Amino acid sequence: MADEEKDNQQTEKPAGPAKPVPPAPAPPGEPKAAVPKPPPPPGAKPAAPAAPPKPKGPQQEPWSSPLVDAIKEKFGGEFIKSYSFIGQNQIEVKKDRIAEIMTFLRDNTIVPFNYLVDETAVHWPKDEQFEIVYILYSFPKNEHVRVKTRIKEFEEIESVVSVWTTADWLEREVYDMFGVRYANHPNLKRILLPEDWVGYPLRKDYNIRLQDVEWVRKHLGIDSGQKFYVGEARHEDTGYITPSG
Amino acid sequence: MSTKETLFDTSEITVSMGPQHPSTHGVLQVKLKLDGERVLDAECVIGYLHRGVEKLGEAQTYGQFVPTLDRMDYIAAVSNCLGFCETIEKLLGVTAPPRAQYIRVIMTELNRITSHLLWLGTHALDIGAMTVFLYAFREREEILKIFENYCGARLTTHMFRIGGTQYEIYDGFQDQVRTFINDFPKKVDEYETLLTENRIWLERTRGVGVLSAKDAIDLGVTGPALRGSGVEWDIRKAKPYAVYPDFQFDIPVGEHGDTYDRYMVRIQEMRQSARIVSQGIEKIPDGPLMAKMSKIIKPPIGDIYHSIEAPKGELGYYVVSDGSTQAYRTRVRPPSFVNLQALRKMVAGHMVADVVAIIGTLDIVLGEIDR
Repeated sequence: MADEEKDNQQTEKPAGPAKPVPPAPAPPGEPKAAVPKPPPPPGAKPAAPAAPPKPKGPQQEPWSSPLVDAIKEKFGGEFIKSYSFIGQNQIEVKKDRIAEIMTFLRDNTIVPFNYLVDETAVHWPKDEQFEIVYILYSFPKNEHVRVKTRIKEFEEIESVVSVWTTADWLEREVYDMFGVRYANHPNLKRILLPEDWVGYPLRKDYNIRLQDVEWVRKHLGIDSGQKFYVGEARHEDTGYITPSG
Repeated sequence: MSTKETLFDTSEITVSMGPQHPSTHGVLQVKLKLDGERVLDAECVIGYLHRGVEKLGEAQTYGQFVPTLDRMDYIAAVSNCLGFCETIEKLLGVTAPPRAQYIRVIMTELNRITSHLLWLGTHALDIGAMTVFLYAFREREEILKIFENYCGARLTTHMFRIGGTQYEIYDGFQDQVRTFINDFPKKVDEYETLLTENRIWLERTRGVGVLSAKDAIDLGVTGPALRGSGVEWDIRKAKPYAVYPDFQFDIPVGEHGDTYDRYMVRIQEMRQSARIVSQGIEKIPDGPLMAKMSKIIKPPIGDIYHSIEAPKGELGYYVVSDGSTQAYRTRVRPPSFVNLQALRKMVAGHMVADVVAIIGTLDIVLGEIDR
């Protein structure tokens, strides 16, 4: 791990003409003692990208199809954009009429998406938003599409269980892990975690370590031995743990 | 209850089956609502084995996360590994060299055989045919020995790396695999003599847990369970990955969607996997094992979904990258989780003893359901 970090830092540097002399290789046995590095700030991820991302690499390409045109025509204001990334087609829509859009995607005759492969969420705390991702597949046309929509914290989104029965457990899992609330879901309760669990683990502000310490203390009555960082505290109302000092 | 109950009245009772029940294949709890011995409704309680794999994926680098995935479907760890490595390769725009691709296909198909053998043994044991279990484990052991020789581990193998494979095949690998594969069809015949026309087996599996093709698609059921319902769909053919287009194989399908058809589909799949391995072992190309790529894996910003045909069904990975060495979000689309959802529909109206058969026929692994 220590070697990997070191490699990483070397590759991070822009390859200037006058390359600085690389640091002397650490003597075997004591790799850490050789180069006194400043200790990383608490909670910081290793190897945060310092340089701005390179423009090369795959980009979003505009994508359109008869189906996209049909959605635009039928749900004009709901449609945001459609694009293709590494050959995978994606449609972004607004959340208000999501169940209608999904019903249309399932029942249309152009590309009938009769199979909901997966439904999941991604948390973007900077925008206070959850991105709900629906991955659809069409058996007749052998095609995939990803439909994305965004909701804000404490907003509800329409359930698609009435469209595909698969969504039942998938939406329960999203609720369990992200706290996203679905309207008109037949049985919205936690699925993987116990009913009395506090917080939503896959949110970015959820601290696993503190959760572990508390669980061990409560259920086993011992100290788990995990190290704390200064300032970690549980929020009184929401139960979320914030790493900020 | 206002009506007066007598000794001979029947009333609905609720029975909790599991999580320590031997035929639930792990820590699955099924709450059954019964009228006498007939099942009215069922509810699955899962999560006893939850380890937060998706959260771990956000806290580890891409390379570090791969061994963790072997702990999901520990019966078919090779498939888990292949799926994730291919997902990240797709995002990076890297292709593994042909030699690595062939080794991957051979290992994945051998793993499919072990997974189906374990299913066959335990499923038959649940229904009461004990001998098959001993036969199936005899052959499974041979494959696990090959895995052990190749990478040192039998179950949680971590065979592949992002960009190729780590290990060169060992001396005598081809002979060992060839010997096994040449004998294997005869072994499958042996299992079939024990079950396929066995009257008790037919009584216990025909017409049990029927799932129509329409329901199967609506419930998102994939893998042998979907093909048992007569839908000829296999990701290896529909959306080919690795070097599967180079191989000749058929997709076995059932007709009625009952437990017997799913049994036949898996039996045929083992034969087809053996066919793929026997083709692959003869034409492993020479060349490097790893693609030329940076040791620090930093995929471009974006998201990707890639799925493979795991022994249990469609195993998908949805990865969101923020351009750093760690994934922003890793989502696993586990086949067992989605397939188990069909249990409620399949058990309704059947006897309690059939619930055991239906759990077996879905071929679930709780490590993958709970993650």
